[in-house]
Amino acid sequence: MPRLSTVIIGAGHSGLAMSRALAGRGIDHLVLERGQVGNSWRTERWDSLRLLTPNWMNGLPGLPYAGADPDGFPPAATLVRDFESCAAMNGAPLRTETRVLSVTWEAGYKVRTDQETLSSDSIVVATGACALPNIPAFADDLPAGIAQISPITYRRPDDLPPDGVLVVGASASGLQIARELALAGRRTILAVGSHLRLPRRYRGADILTWMHRAGVFDTPYDQVDDIERVRRTPSLPLMGSDTHETLDLNALQDLGVEIVGRFAAIAEGKAQFSGSLANFCASADLKMNRLLDAVDRRIEADGLQVPDAERSAPTRVPDAPRLTLDLARSGIGTLVWATGYRPDHHWLHLPVFDRKGRIRHDGGVIGDGLYVMGLPYLRSRHSTHIAGATADAEALAGHLAERLPRRHAA
Amino acid sequence: MNVENALKTARNGVNTEALMGARAALAETPAAGQFTWRAECDWVHGTHSRSTVQGFFGLGAEQSHTRAFTVEADHPPQFAAADNAATPVEIVLSALASCLTAGVAAVAQHRGIQLRSVKANVEGDMDIAGILGVDADVRNGFSAIRVSFDVDADATGDEIAALVAQSQKRSAVFDIVTNPSNVKVTVA
Ligand SMILES: Cc1cc2nc3c(=O)[nH]c(=O)nc-3n(C[C@H](O)[C@H](O)[C@H](O)COP(=O)(O)OP(=O)(O)OC[C@H]3O[C@@H](n4cnc5c(N)ncnc54)[C@H](O)[C@@H]3O)c2cc1C
Repeated sequence: MPRLSTVIIGAGHSGLAMSRALAGRGIDHLVLERGQVGNSWRTERWDSLRLLTPNWMNGLPGLPYAGADPDGFPPAATLVRDFESCAAMNGAPLRTETRVLSVTWEAGYKVRTDQETLSSDSIVVATGACALPNIPAFADDLPAGIAQISPITYRRPDDLPPDGVLVVGASASGLQIARELALAGRRTILAVGSHLRLPRRYRGADILTWMHRAGVFDTPYDQVDDIERVRRTPSLPLMGSDTHETLDLNALQDLGVEIVGRFAAIAEGKAQFSGSLANFCASADLKMNRLLDAVDRRIEADGLQVPDAERSAPTRVPDAPRLTLDLARSGIGTLVWATGYRPDHHWLHLPVFDRKGRIRHDGGVIGDGLYVMGLPYLRSRHSTHIAGATADAEALAGHLAERLPRRHAA
Repeated sequence: MNVENALKTARNGVNTEALMGARAALAETPAAGQFTWRAECDWVHGTHSRSTVQGFFGLGAEQSHTRAFTVEADHPPQFAAADNAATPVEIVLSALASCLTAGVAAVAQHRGIQLRSVKANVEGDMDIAGILGVDADVRNGFSAIRVSFDVDADATGDEIAALVAQSQKRSAVFDIVTNPSNVKVTVA
């Protein structure tokens, strides 16, 4: 097979956005996907999951939302159908059921897959930011009788052993799973570290509408004070539902969820929780109120006629949160590691990683014709959102086109 | 407020510029960030002891304070002791307060907030049935610690609360008292 201009690895929304941007520039390419388009949404999400971003933020490349409910939250299955329409509409040159095993440099990029080996002038890594759960090393010390799962493997409450559940992590995934388990009647304990807090709706609109309007998502990556810190910011602590309900620690405690501090260690079969819960909750409340202050200022500056501000009550922190938990004796059968995700780039055999194993990049440009997409705050906070991939793909495709050998120039 | 403005406006006596420089340097050479702190403790008499600190390891080499410092500890007459100095647990509370207070000053400097006064009151509750071995269900250490800050500064209540919250997030002693650590004690 002749050498390609570009191989895109991964057919999630990032890979499809790049494919469309390259097609628009007449650049020949292939998209390699180990499963089917939108594989993550088919195989790595729990049954009840609905997107936490409203329809207007989930437009796939070339397929902006045109339905009647821009503020609704689609189930994952709807998104999968949209993925199929998107790929068909764009005529993306797809190779599905093709897993990339390695990428190396041998006078050009060599992409070895479980089907064939390809060569290419440039590579776009679009294999997702949430490929693997981030599980602390001390997970190995857990008693053997306790099932350990992550949001990637969790499907539904009934699959878990019939005991209590310790959910670790209070970002979107952990909050949503803890809520579902509590509603299913499970005794649920949630270990809470550094987290964020947001109301679903504020002053008559969705919080994401206001964050948009206040410009929270727009700052380009190269104008952020401390990009490393911002890239570590946890996901938006929200859930999508027809009732637009707010998902926070107060709501979970109302459902009977017990909140404890950060899961710090295991000693003699006992989980130990940090005594810092009160501060993490206070920090989350302060940050939420700072954001809402910014929203209020924007509303005032724009002279909008909207309902008055109503702030959530401070997070209720138990007087003396539990510091230890004897996992076996207290009837905890499952531990859900909702402690964040990380990408899986182990097949990329090139010296492009920092000491923590993360790809070094400048707004998605790794260098020498290598690009990465879909990482948190790749180019702006929009990069994390589905509809945000289009702008990133345009910028990176422009960069990619400029450095291609002349024969490819359209 | 950005760092540059902050450095120009507040006068809290914290050299944030140097600290930010150190942070940037550490990102390049993480090994330099490995520190080992030490104290040497001599028994004096009864429950009275004297610890000395001077040398420590860091930035890739042996380092030293400008001189040796001593920290004495003892127990009060209520424990049938001579009361030569603060108790070790009070030293822990003082260390927590000092660490958080230093953090408040550093964060305030970084955020361009002028401090006028900062006072921390610390309390630690303890049931001495634990240390006396009266009740195996009672832990030796504090059952609860409360820190109350009184900060007078050119800032709103929320900004002050955010200073105090951030100082906890970055405090070594706060981490030491809120999280478990493996402690290995040997006999030479
Ligand atoms: C539980 C959960 C809920 C989320 N909810 C939302 C939400 O509501 N709204 C929102 O905007 N974002 C949400 N996200 C974040 C984000 O939108 C998704 O992670 C999204 O899937 C990322 O898109 P992507 O194209 O970058 O990566 P992915 O969709 O993960 O696509 C990567 C593709 O690469 C393929 N691949 C991986 N390795 C290889 C290989 N070696 N060879 C070939 N193919 C490979 C995968 O099969 C996959 O199809 C959520 C994430 C998670 C984990």
